[in-house]
Amino acid sequence: MPPYKLGLAQINTQLGGLRHNLAKHLDLIDAARKEAVDVLAFPELSLTGYMLQDEAPTVACSPTPEDETFGPLLKASRDLDLLVGFVDVDERYRYYIAAAYLSAGKVIHVHRKVYLPTYGLFDEGRFFSPGETMRAFDTRFGRIGVLICEEFWHASSPYLLWLDGADMMLFMSASPVRGLTDNDQLQSVAWVERVNQAYASLFTVHIGHSVRVGFEDGMIFGGRATAFGPAGDMLAAGPDFQEGLTLAEINPDTVRQTRVRLPLLRDERPDWVARQLAQIQQPPARGLSGKSK
Amino acid sequence: MTADDSQLSINTDLARSVLVAFIRDELGRHGFTRGIVGLSGGIDSSLACFLAAEALGPQNVLAVRMPYASSSPESMEHAGLVIDHLEVRSLDVPITDMVTPLFDRFPDMSKVRRGNVMARVRMAILFDQSAEFDGLVIGTGNKTEILLGYTTLYGDSACAVNPNGDLYKTQIRQLARAMGVPEAIINKPPSADLWPGQTDEGELGTTYERVDRLLHLLIDERATPSAAVAAGFETSFVEETLERVRRNHYKRVMPPIAKISGRTVGYDFLYPRDWGT
Repeated sequence: MPPYKLGLAQINTQLGGLRHNLAKHLDLIDAARKEAVDVLAFPELSLTGYMLQDEAPTVACSPTPEDETFGPLLKASRDLDLLVGFVDVDERYRYYIAAAYLSAGKVIHVHRKVYLPTYGLFDEGRFFSPGETMRAFDTRFGRIGVLICEEFWHASSPYLLWLDGADMMLFMSASPVRGLTDNDQLQSVAWVERVNQAYASLFTVHIGHSVRVGFEDGMIFGGRATAFGPAGDMLAAGPDFQEGLTLAEINPDTVRQTRVRLPLLRDERPDWVARQLAQIQQPPARGLSGKSK
Repeated sequence: MTADDSQLSINTDLARSVLVAFIRDELGRHGFTRGIVGLSGGIDSSLACFLAAEALGPQNVLAVRMPYASSSPESMEHAGLVIDHLEVRSLDVPITDMVTPLFDRFPDMSKVRRGNVMARVRMAILFDQSAEFDGLVIGTGNKTEILLGYTTLYGDSACAVNPNGDLYKTQIRQLARAMGVPEAIINKPPSADLWPGQTDEGELGTTYERVDRLLHLLIDERATPSAAVAAGFETSFVEETLERVRRNHYKRVMPPIAKISGRTVGYDFLYPRDWGT
């Protein structure tokens, strides 16, 4: 497969402002088109803003050509592939944090966030339903997997996508950054970067991470989108705390090069893992349940 | 687990860029480009003024000095240093003539009550100027005083946005020094200057260095009280500090509303303050 250009759109958003946010998407798409970007990834909830609370049901969209938000995006996807974040709703009125991958005027894949952080400063489980599946999907740039923020803090998520054939993982976040120390990065920014770099190395895949910027009620979205290659090498890093378009050249052949010398995928034993998991989960449950103190 | 000063050491360049962006973004979300700071001549309001001037431009910041008859002349001078250095707009509104009638009406009023009245009159002036100047009131309270409740409810704690509120006092000092707040302001004993001779550390009964280390350990590091004692703090100091944090929590949250209807503000009518922006 020939090399292609990944764009990571680092944007601020208006809370609940679908029209405003759509216009910003279209501006970034224009900018990306001029840079000959092939795949442009936006952050989590890029069309709605993050801290929606009770506003979540009122900003849900339907990823169809008739939808006034998705219509223009689907049209724009004739030129370049797009990954956007939105609030999805099913026919039984359950609302999801979701991502849609659009290509050639069509919706290729919709992913609904499975792991909803509901602790500390997060309250997603109060307002959203968890998704049920995590699948890779085929694109004109190979098989891709999408994870939304908290999902990639669970090692099982990229592992599943890896086994499902994803050699490019697109992560999208709207995570508030935090942890001021005497280091030159906030603690959480450094953690995310380490985690992404580790996944790229452990799974010998490309990883692109698109990140929100701006503030919502004092919570800081820090930016610094990143892309890593299959040997864990950093391919690109966006600016801190400001909007931007970060570009990364993705050469799929580096996956082949890395796996020839480091055949981790070849030697992985998913059947054995599945059997071990089944045994671990047999009652009396151990491991995951933990012992009481 | 240790409790040394290095735990409170911050990257001041990073803090500065984040807090400047915070002021600009949060005001901008609500359509404002201007800010008001009640400038006492102390380190907290001086730092807030420096941050606001950098975020909004000095011509878009109004520093208001509101002295009372017994206020230290040094406070006015130090506030003047900040105004001159930053070239922000400024306004002097002495409060003596406003608060004296109330003090005369209740001649037995304690100094704490008097101090609270003064803080609340200053709040009223700042929010009045907010309407006149078309700017938002920038808060100055730091994390130490917010946690300890060392603040007047609806007085100095009242603001639209607060860039200082997640920095302990000792961290405020680091950032103030890095941003060029005059050393005379940084080095003087912190005081609310509500009556002559008042100092924060005299009233709190401890130094900021000591209580900041303890609060950081208990709050940020989530240490247990016994771990704090093991780290070298006296049991009584740990217990008194925790009790003080608990007792003053009412100052940090909105007052409870009796939930009597099907949907109630604050309980199941939930929107962020930045809703729609």
